[in-house]
Amino acid sequence: MTDAAPTLVVENLRTHFFTKAGVVKAVDDVSFTVGKGRILGLVGESGSGKSVTGFSIMGLVDAPGRVVGGRILFRGENLAEASEEQVRRLRGSRIAMIFQDPMMTLNPVLRIDTQMIEAVQAHDSVDRETARRRARDALGKVGIPSPDERLQAYPHQFSGGMRQRVAIATALLHKPDLIICDEPTTALDVTIQGQILYEMQKLCRDSGTSLVWITHDLSVIAGLADEVCVMYAGRIVEAGTVDEVLDRPLHPYTLGLIGSVPSRNVRGRPLAQIPGMTPSLLGLPAGCAFRTRCGRADDACLITPEISAPLPDRPIRCFHPVLAGPA
Amino acid sequence: MLVYFIRRMMQAVLVLFIMSILVFVGVFSIGNPVDILINPQADQEEIARAIRVLGLDKPLWEQYWLFLVNAARGDLGRSFVFNIPAIELILQRMPATMELAICATFMGVLMGIPLGMWAGLKPDSVSGKSIMAGSILGFSLPTFWVGLMLIMIFAVYLGWLPSTGRGQTRNFLGIELSILTWDGIKHMMMPAFNLALFKLSLVIRLARAGTREAILQDYVKFARAKGLRSGRIIGVHVFKNIMIPIVTVLGLELGSTIAFAVVTETVFAWPGMGKLIIDSINLLDRPVIVAYLMIIVFMFIVINLVVDLMYSVLDPRVRIAEARG
Repeated sequence: MTDAAPTLVVENLRTHFFTKAGVVKAVDDVSFTVGKGRILGLVGESGSGKSVTGFSIMGLVDAPGRVVGGRILFRGENLAEASEEQVRRLRGSRIAMIFQDPMMTLNPVLRIDTQMIEAVQAHDSVDRETARRRARDALGKVGIPSPDERLQAYPHQFSGGMRQRVAIATALLHKPDLIICDEPTTALDVTIQGQILYEMQKLCRDSGTSLVWITHDLSVIAGLADEVCVMYAGRIVEAGTVDEVLDRPLHPYTLGLIGSVPSRNVRGRPLAQIPGMTPSLLGLPAGCAFRTRCGRADDACLITPEISAPLPDRPIRCFHPVLAGPA
Repeated sequence: MLVYFIRRMMQAVLVLFIMSILVFVGVFSIGNPVDILINPQADQEEIARAIRVLGLDKPLWEQYWLFLVNAARGDLGRSFVFNIPAIELILQRMPATMELAICATFMGVLMGIPLGMWAGLKPDSVSGKSIMAGSILGFSLPTFWVGLMLIMIFAVYLGWLPSTGRGQTRNFLGIELSILTWDGIKHMMMPAFNLALFKLSLVIRLARAGTREAILQDYVKFARAKGLRSGRIIGVHVFKNIMIPIVTVLGLELGSTIAFAVVTETVFAWPGMGKLIIDSINLLDRPVIVAYLMIIVFMFIVINLVVDLMYSVLDPRVRIAEARG
C-alpha cells in the first residue's frame, strides 16, 4: 500500500489541549501514511479530532493545545520537532491547507490580489508583477472567469463557491506536495461541491499532489479517496482502502456510519442511527471509547483495544469486529 | 454619492436649527447679563439704555428671530464684554484648542494601538495585564486631578516642563502654532497627554478587544497556513480589521475632545476656546456662548461626515452598499 517514498507519514501523533477542566486528548495515538499523489480520507463525527490532526500537521494548533508526542514525517523531515521558522517555510509552499468555511477564510478588508500576492511573496522573492501574474494564472486554473478583473475584487463580491475556488487557487500557488482539505465542500451547494471535488481530483492526478481530505461525509470519500481512516474520539478505529472499508466495514462504528447514509435501497424505512452522541473528550468512558454506544460491547471492551488486523491490511481497534459483513 | 452628500447636508441644517433653539432658550434662562455687565452704581436711565443697546428689551421670540436672520448672514452677534464679533473671538482662540485636541488624539492613537494590540496578543502576560490595569486608571482618574499631578511632578519637583500657556508660537499659513517651536512643544506635552489619557485608554481597550477577536478568525489561520510571517499577519490582516471600530469611535471622540478640552485648558491655562467659554459663562456673555455652541455642533456634524467617509475607505463592504443605495 505505501509507496517507496511516501509524502507524509504520521506516527503515534498525540495532540492534547491543556484546559482548566483537564487534559483533552483531541488526537491520541494516530498513525497513517499518505503516498505520493494519493488521497487519504479522514472520516469522523464532529469532535473526533480529525481537524486537529490536520492542524497538527500544519503546525497550527492554537494554545492551550500542543503536539505532545509522535512524529510527523513530511518527505522525511520530522515537523513535530522542526522550528517554527522551518515549518513556516513549508506552510503554503510545500504543504497547503484549505478550510471549511470559505466565507471566513479570506480577509474581508483586503483585495484578492493582495491576499494572493502576499502568499506568493512569502516564499519566493519575486516582484509584484510576477506574483500577480502567478495569482492570475492560478485563478484561471480553478475556473474563475476573467481572473484579471476578479483579482481587483474584495471577498464579499464573490459567492461561496467562488471564494472556495480562490482559497484553492491560493493553496495551489506554490504547487504543494500535500494539501490538507478540512471539509472544504461542506458549506457549499451540492452542485458546486461536485465541481470542486472533480477539479481537486484532476489537479491531484495531474500534478502528483497528495491530499488529506477531512470530512464527515462518507459519500464524498467514496468517490474521491484512495484510502480512508475512520476516527472516533481522537483515535483511528479503522483504516484501509476505500473500497474495502466501505464494502466491508469491520468496526461497529464504521458500520453505523455507513448505515446512517441515506440511500435508495432503504427508502421508506427509518434511517439507521448510531445511538447516543460523541462523548466529551474530557470524560471518555474507560476502555473502548465507543463502548457506551456499541451494540456489541461486553466486559472485554473495558480495556482499551489495541490495533489488530483480523483481515490482511485492515487494522482496527475493536475486540468484536463485524466479520460477517453487512447484508 | 452626491445624493448621499446632499441628504447629509440637509440633516445638518435641521440639526443646527434645532440646536439653535435649545441653546437660545437655555442661555436665556441662566441669568440676566445686565446684572453683571453694568456698573452697580449706574442709575435706572443707564441700565435701560444698556438693555436697549444690547437688544435685551425685545421679547425672546424677536431676539431669536433677529439672531436667525443675522446668523444666516454669518453674523452670530457681538460679544457683550469685548464688543467684537463673537465668531471672530472664537476663531482667534480656535487654533490653540484644535492644535491641542489633534495632538492629544494623535498621542492616543500612536500609543494606544500598539499597546492595545500587544495586550491583545499576549493577554496573559504581565505586560499585557499591566497595560490593561493602566487603561482602567486612565478611564477612572479625573482629568483635572491627573493634570494637577502632572504639574506637580514634571513642573514643580522635576522642573522639566513648563506648566502654563502655549509658549513660543510660530506663524504657519496665518495660524499661530506651538508645535513648530521646541518651547511650544514643551508647553504642549503635559496638556496634550492630559487630554489624551482618556482617548489612550479607550483606544487600548478597542485595539485589544479587536485584536483578540481577529486572531481567532479563520482568515488569520488561513494567512498563517499561507506561510506568512507573523509581522505581516498582525501588521496587515489584523491591523486593518481593528481600525474600523477605532476610527468610528475616535472620530466621535475628536469632537468631544475639542468641546470638552475645557478642563485641561483651565488647569494648564491654555488660551483656547474652552477657557473662553468658561470665562464667557461666568460673565453671561450670551452671544459668545451661543456662537461657541453653534460652532461645536457644526464641528460634530462635519466630523461625523468625515468619519462616515473614512469608514467606507477602510471597509470595502460599506462602499459597495452605498453605491447600490
